[in-house]
Amino acid sequence: MDCRVTLLQTNPTLGNLAANLRDHVERIHAAIAAGSQLVVFPELSLTGYFLKDQTVDLALPIGAKELQELAALSKDISIVVGFVERSKDGRIYNATAFLEDGKVLAVHRKVHLVTYGMFDEQREFAAGEEFRPIDSKLGRFGILICEDAWHVSSGYLHFLHNVDVMLVPSNSPGRGVGGGGPELESRRTWNTLVEAHGRFFQTWIVYVNRVGWEDGVLFSGGTRVVDPFGEVAATLEGFDIGSLQCRLDSNTLERARVVTPLRRDAKPWILAEGLARDLSKDQDA
Amino acid sequence: MSGLKIDPGLVERLLVNFLREEVGHTGFSKALLGLSGGVDSAVVAALAAQAFGPKNVLAVLMPYRTSDPNSAGHGKLLVDALGLESRTVDISGMADGYLASAKVEHRLRRGNVMARCRMIVLYDLSVEWNGLVLGTSNKTEILLGYSTQWGDAASALNPIGDLYKDQIYQLARHLKVPEAILGKAPSADLFPGQTDESELGFTYAEADRLLYLMVDERMRESELVERGFAPDFIRKIAARIAATQFKRVPPIIAKLSHRTINQDFRYLRDWGR
Repeated sequence: MDCRVTLLQTNPTLGNLAANLRDHVERIHAAIAAGSQLVVFPELSLTGYFLKDQTVDLALPIGAKELQELAALSKDISIVVGFVERSKDGRIYNATAFLEDGKVLAVHRKVHLVTYGMFDEQREFAAGEEFRPIDSKLGRFGILICEDAWHVSSGYLHFLHNVDVMLVPSNSPGRGVGGGGPELESRRTWNTLVEAHGRFFQTWIVYVNRVGWEDGVLFSGGTRVVDPFGEVAATLEGFDIGSLQCRLDSNTLERARVVTPLRRDAKPWILAEGLARDLSKDQDA
Repeated sequence: MSGLKIDPGLVERLLVNFLREEVGHTGFSKALLGLSGGVDSAVVAALAAQAFGPKNVLAVLMPYRTSDPNSAGHGKLLVDALGLESRTVDISGMADGYLASAKVEHRLRRGNVMARCRMIVLYDLSVEWNGLVLGTSNKTEILLGYSTQWGDAASALNPIGDLYKDQIYQLARHLKVPEAILGKAPSADLFPGQTDESELGFTYAEADRLLYLMVDERMRESELVERGFAPDFIRKIAARIAATQFKRVPPIIAKLSHRTINQDFRYLRDWGR
C-alpha cells in the first residue's frame, strides 16, 4: 500500500445532520484538493455524541440520501464516516461506513458499547457482533470504534486478518486533571493505547478523535497516526478543529514485521484452544 | 495531596475554551457575573476576560448595607486589574423592602434573601447586557450544599464547578489574582464576621482532602479511616452531601404520562447546537 490519508478532527453540531453533512462535503473536497486518497472522520461524525432521545430520529439506513451523497464523492477519494445506522431489522447501531468508488464498501458496527460512568450507549444502540477486514483498493483495513480498541481481542482479530491499517474513529471525552500533569489523563491513556496497538499489532494506526463541547463535556482531540513500530508519525496538538495528512506505506509495514515477526510467530490456535477450554469453565463459575 | 494537584495552565486552557464554546452554542458572545471580592468569582472573572475579552464581561458588585467594605474594595481591585466592565448595584433597598415588611430576623433567611436578590439583579442585567450569567460555585461548596438554591447557586453555566477549593487557589495564583483576595478567609459575607470555615465547622483543606478521596476516588469509610480521617467527620460530610442533593438537581416532576421531562424525555442543553 502507498496511501495518503487525511485525518479530520471535527466538531459536529449536536443532532444537526444537514449542517454536519455540509461540513463533511466541504472537508472532503479540501482533502481531494490536497491530494489525499483516504479521508477519515471521527466516530458519529454526522451526528455528534450525546444524542439521547435524538438517536432514533437521526438513524440512517444505508440507502439514505445523506450517505449516498457522500458515497458519490467517494469516486474521487475513499471516505470513512461515523453515523447512526438503522438496520433492515430496525436495530440502531453506532456505525462507521467505508465508502469507495461511489459505493458503501463496508460498515463496521461498534461492538463494545460504553455503558458506565458518563456513558449510556447500550441504552441507545444495539451492539455489533464482528470485526471483519475491509479490502479496499488502497489496502486492507480494520475499524475499531473508540471503546472497541480498549479490548485487545478486537485489535488481535484485525492482526490475525493481516490488516495494513487500523482505523480508530473516536469520541473520547477529556477528563482527569488530578495529579498535576500537563496532559489530560484520558489523552495520555489514549496515546499509550494507540502506540501499544501499533507496536504489538504492527499495523498503521489512524486514530481520529473529535473536539468540541457537549453540555460541559470536552471531546479532547489528540488525533494521530502511529506507525507499525509504535512510533507517532503525525499528530494534532491542542483541542481545536484540524486536519492532518500522513502517508501510509507498505515498506514500513514490511520492515517492522521483519525486525520483529510477531504475525509470523503468532499461535492463534493456542488462543482458540484456551478459549474453548476456559470459556466453558467461565460459564460454570 | 497529589490527586488535588492540577496543572493550572492546562485547566486555564480548558476552561477558557469551555466558556467560549458553551456560551457560543447559545448564540451569545458576552457574559456577566457577580463579583463578591472573593477568590471564586475572581477566578471566573479572569477566565471570562480571556474567553470573551474584558470589555465583553460585566462584573456586577452587589453590596448590602452590612457587607464588609473590603469585599467591594477587592472587587474593584480585580475589575481594574482585568479591565472589566463593571457596575455596582446596592441591594439594600430591594432586600430591605421585603425583609423589613416581612420582619425577617432569622440569619439564614436574611442571607438567602440577599443571595436571591443578587440573582434577580444578575438575570435582569443579563437581558440588558445581552450576555449569559456565569456561575461561581466550586465543587467543595456544591457537594457540601453550602449555597443558596436559586441564589448564588443559579447560573447558566459554571466553569469552576468541578474544581475543589484548593484547586481554585492553585488556578487563582496562576491567573495572578491579587494577593489581597488570595490571602483573606473565604466568606459569604451575608452577616458581619461570617467566615465559611467557622460556619461549616471544619476547614476547606480538611474537606477537600476527604471529598476528593470519597467522591473522586470512591474510597470506602474503612479506607478513609486508615488515611487518618475521624469516623465522625466522614459520616458528617457524607450525610451533608446526601442531605443537600436537592440543590444539585432540577426540581423533580410527578410522572403521569409515558414521556416525562428528564425521565424519558432526554436531551442535552446543547440539542441542535
